[in-house]
Amino acid sequence: MALPSSPPSSLTSKLRPLDLGGAVVGLRFLGPLAAFVLGEGEIVLVGDDEARVRAHHGAVLSVAGDDKRILTGGDDGRVVATRADGSAQVLFEQKGRWIDQVAAGADGAFSFSAGKTAHFQPAKGEAKSLDLPSTVGGLAFAPKGTRLAIAHYGGVSLWFPNAVAKPERLEWKGSHRGVMWSPDMRFVVTTMQEAALHGWRLADAGHMRMTGYPSRVTSMAFTAGGKFLATSGSSEAILWPFSSKEGPMGKQPSMLAPRDVRVCAVAAHPRDEVIACGYEDGLVLMVRISDGAEILLRAPDGGAVTALAWRGDGSALAIGTESGMGGLTTF
Amino acid sequence: MPDVASTKIPVTVLTGYLGAGKTTLLNRILSEPHGKKFAVVVNEFGEIGIDNDLVVGADEEVFEMNNGCICCTVRGDLIRIIDGLLRRKNDFDGIIIETTGLADPAPVAQTFFVDETVGAKTTLDAVVTVADAKWLKDRLKDAPEAKSQIAFADVILLNKTDLVTETDLKDVEMRIRAINPFARIHRTQRSEIAIDKVLGQGAFDLDRIQAIDPDFLEGGHRHFHDEEMRSYSFSSDKPLDPDKFFPWIQNLTQTEGPNILRSKGILAFKDDPERFVFQGVHMILDGDHQRPWRADEPKLSRIVFIGRQLDAAALEKGFLSCVA
Repeated sequence: MALPSSPPSSLTSKLRPLDLGGAVVGLRFLGPLAAFVLGEGEIVLVGDDEARVRAHHGAVLSVAGDDKRILTGGDDGRVVATRADGSAQVLFEQKGRWIDQVAAGADGAFSFSAGKTAHFQPAKGEAKSLDLPSTVGGLAFAPKGTRLAIAHYGGVSLWFPNAVAKPERLEWKGSHRGVMWSPDMRFVVTTMQEAALHGWRLADAGHMRMTGYPSRVTSMAFTAGGKFLATSGSSEAILWPFSSKEGPMGKQPSMLAPRDVRVCAVAAHPRDEVIACGYEDGLVLMVRISDGAEILLRAPDGGAVTALAWRGDGSALAIGTESGMGGLTTF
Repeated sequence: MPDVASTKIPVTVLTGYLGAGKTTLLNRILSEPHGKKFAVVVNEFGEIGIDNDLVVGADEEVFEMNNGCICCTVRGDLIRIIDGLLRRKNDFDGIIIETTGLADPAPVAQTFFVDETVGAKTTLDAVVTVADAKWLKDRLKDAPEAKSQIAFADVILLNKTDLVTETDLKDVEMRIRAINPFARIHRTQRSEIAIDKVLGQGAFDLDRIQAIDPDFLEGGHRHFHDEEMRSYSFSSDKPLDPDKFFPWIQNLTQTEGPNILRSKGILAFKDDPERFVFQGVHMILDGDHQRPWRADEPKLSRIVFIGRQLDAAALEKGFLSCVA
């Protein structure tokens, strides 16, 4: 994306406002379509037109996906894959259980968890499962291959579902919720129940404590190239430097786009060192990391930003809020 | 645009030792024609069969918070369940959490003060404990969980009163009072009680702390006090110095937090026309100015702790040293 050298301070006129009719809990692009996942089970596919798909009969508890499908886990016990054509395929169903976490793997593989059990389903072949010491807080496939990071109380388990070997355990006291791999697979980072992140350097299992947040981190994203990990949780976007071998240890994070309300969602541009930053009052900024230049994309309306997603080519940003309003900005 | 600012969802916690009548009470709450819908968090499925309500199974996962405080535990499963329930918050008016007979109520209560999302969207209405009138005295001797459940309660149903004599009832009520001076006690049979005595209590609402009744505090416990768990109350008619009181209470709950289950206070500070009220669960304190003192009420500061093995003399000395 080419940002002009002296950017205009506002691009709000480019925002196409959307009334989605329910709290947005997840958001992804399926090719050119923005797929807004609503907490109460519907998915709204927005291109030139809008289409609604009912994926769950109940609440959506987690959202994942790739550029072809959006995966959702619900309190109706289902894992559903929804595609750009509006088809919703039930990949798994167990009545009476909640599907707490889902993750999308390569070539159509997927993983999900119900309570303390993580499941893996390859595109072809036998499903596998793994019992964890506590309820699964987060699931993430490594960027390449089929290794899964599973966050739980007391740490993260790294699991090769197709291997006989016991999962490798990365330990750190406390309850780990979200989990993410760095794009180069050198680091695994979790969001904790406390207002902190924890990370491990996989080469030597070195610990990385990332603390100082005033509130719990609920959103994080590696920037294009993996140089920074951008996170919510403070009244500015916090960016931890990950480009060196040691990761962020001993370094100060960068703080961008400070305001007097909290950042609650971040999303990294797929190509450039630019992030989108959503706040608790509904305001959304686009921020260039190199010099902190800000462009206003959405004016505040009171509803917290709950989801942000860039189109794969970086040409559009979709915005979802807790109050059921949203928007699509095309650059 | 939909309404963003909605009121918090009330949460009622039902505790009680095994066989006291907890599930009977839950079924009564759910089946009465009150027109309300509840999301119910239970530990075992099967005994509840109300179609209108949302029933979720809990795992009783107690998590320590990694913040250096050993008494700061939360229920990880509840955080996850409430996060999930909030996504369909239009489907119910309140949440009822039934704990197992052996559960410690503290991590349940602390969850509502420690987790930001849970605390922002829900409010702990009351801890309701069902106690068996015939067996409570024995359980207080041999089951620490039963003792904690009484100590923690805002509302106590003294159930199965038809199985004991009036003398026994009075005796068991005195035992309860010795441990917990502020719970509302209701005598019941087969857990039969008006729903408005159990729900909508606002027990953790600072605005609803009216008085800490001196009769409760001065009576009973001198003779019946439980050697391990009891209440400790102190008062002063001299105004307190906030610059002395806050450091004292904060240090006290930091150091004695594990032994202080609940605390409550109504305080008169020097040169302050308003009542200051506070309440606490272990080391978590919540306090605020409440309203101006009325002309007809004595400006008396009162403070109560429910705890185990506390040093009463040291507490009293500490409290009185806060006088301005």
